[in-house]
Amino acid sequence: MNPSQTKPKSASPVLAVAGLSKQYGETAAVNGVSFEVGCHEIVGLLGPNGAGKTTTINIVLGVLEPSSGGVRIDGCDLASERRRALERTNFSAVYAPLPGNLTVWQNLRVFSMLYDVARLRDRIAELLREFDLLPFRDTKCGVLSSGEQTRVSLAKAMLNRPRLLLLDEPTASLDPATARDIRARIRDFAAANEAGVLWTSHNMIEVSEVCGRVLFLSHGKILLEGDPKTLPGEYGKETLEDLFVTVAREPLTLEE
Amino acid sequence: MRSRARRIAAILLRLFYLLRGSTARIVPLFVWQVLEVVLWGLISHYLNAISAARFNFVTVLLGAIVLWEFLVRSLHGMVIGFMEDVWSRNFLNLFAAPLSVGEYLAGLVLFSSATSVIVLTVVVIFAKLVFGLAFFKYGLMLIPFLLLLFLFGIALGIFGAAIVLRWGPAAEWLIWPFPAMLSPLACVFYPLSALPHWLQWPARLVPPSYVFEGLRAIIQGRGVALEPMLVCAVLTVGTLLLACWGFIRTYRHTVRTGLLARYSAETVN
Repeated sequence: MNPSQTKPKSASPVLAVAGLSKQYGETAAVNGVSFEVGCHEIVGLLGPNGAGKTTTINIVLGVLEPSSGGVRIDGCDLASERRRALERTNFSAVYAPLPGNLTVWQNLRVFSMLYDVARLRDRIAELLREFDLLPFRDTKCGVLSSGEQTRVSLAKAMLNRPRLLLLDEPTASLDPATARDIRARIRDFAAANEAGVLWTSHNMIEVSEVCGRVLFLSHGKILLEGDPKTLPGEYGKETLEDLFVTVAREPLTLEE
Repeated sequence: MRSRARRIAAILLRLFYLLRGSTARIVPLFVWQVLEVVLWGLISHYLNAISAARFNFVTVLLGAIVLWEFLVRSLHGMVIGFMEDVWSRNFLNLFAAPLSVGEYLAGLVLFSSATSVIVLTVVVIFAKLVFGLAFFKYGLMLIPFLLLLFLFGIALGIFGAAIVLRWGPAAEWLIWPFPAMLSPLACVFYPLSALPHWLQWPARLVPPSYVFEGLRAIIQGRGVALEPMLVCAVLTVGTLLLACWGFIRTYRHTVRTGLLARYSAETVN
């Protein structure tokens, strides 16, 4: 399926990425990427290591300046309205744990203030319950297991009820039961709120279960886009994982 | 405005949490300053005993070292606050939030000012009790002296933070010797005229040299001239603005080149 054929469900996207490129010298980490994430939508950003997923996420988070192109979050231009755009965003990534030398509650309080969360004590208490973190409320994040740290990071990502939630391999360190639980919570979050989720993962079963749409990145470009349940069949593959392997090893066979 | 104040308070609160929960962070705040006071207090008493000077060495030397350590403490307050985020690899979390560079720096400045004032209070009381330092003998001029030294320490701290942001955590060892490198030109213990002629001009570009000249003028019963203090204020504010400009430029460089996104001890030199 041609990337342009698949559109997000909502008319006003929570994330609109247009012609995004990032050049490092001669190397294009991201090359003319355009896509949207609509309200209530969970979009999977897939691709092999080095395809440009994290570069794209870093640009959307405002911590990396694109060489060209633009990002609009909930209608706010990230370049000119950075604060307004980031107030509507939050993220969780395995490579950005919360400081290990603060307790769970201290970290959530500090980030509540950074995101200007109203009635922060109530909101933190709610999230501690929701992510089963009450027993660890006064435990330093650094001594938590990786799965517990991931749950803290997800709780932080939900603090400001973001319109756009970016999740970079959110279930990578979780056991299957917890991962299933987290997937359900994030699906509920997208369904119940005027929010969209951009999700990266290397677990194709998870992606099929959670995402309504996937984008396959290869060498900084969107190679494929579509419904994760039907996309493999369109390219003669049995599973999304087979399609992923083809994207990683033989991307040229998929290019039009 | 309220949300801006909350974000600045968040940076301050994070550092307060770190301090509150850690003896290893609290003790060094005071111990080096107190040791310096002990050392210079003993030297001052010894010089009082063997010399026929008409002034009190405690007021001259110990007073100067207390003020100098205040500058050092304000520098360290900025740098340590910044390094806490380097050590915990927190930049991605912080700058993906709606936090501006100015708000981040403001939080660090507040932290540095709070710790510097607390440490100064403890050190002054200690120096008074143990060595009889009459710190308030300098009169109302103490206020501009302390303010100028604090602002210059903050400027050095911001400059040092920019160096670490640009060249990575390993560059922190370039920052800690700043006070030692500057102290000969700051004329903490001797008048500017004691420097070789070729060093006097660079010393005139170092704002603390004016403060310590003023300090000695008060002790010798002369008034503090207005003009040198104005020069000192202009140099201090200029250095502070230059340091802020340098930090913001460095931050933008790290956002453009991807250094900020990849910032960690493992990925940056």
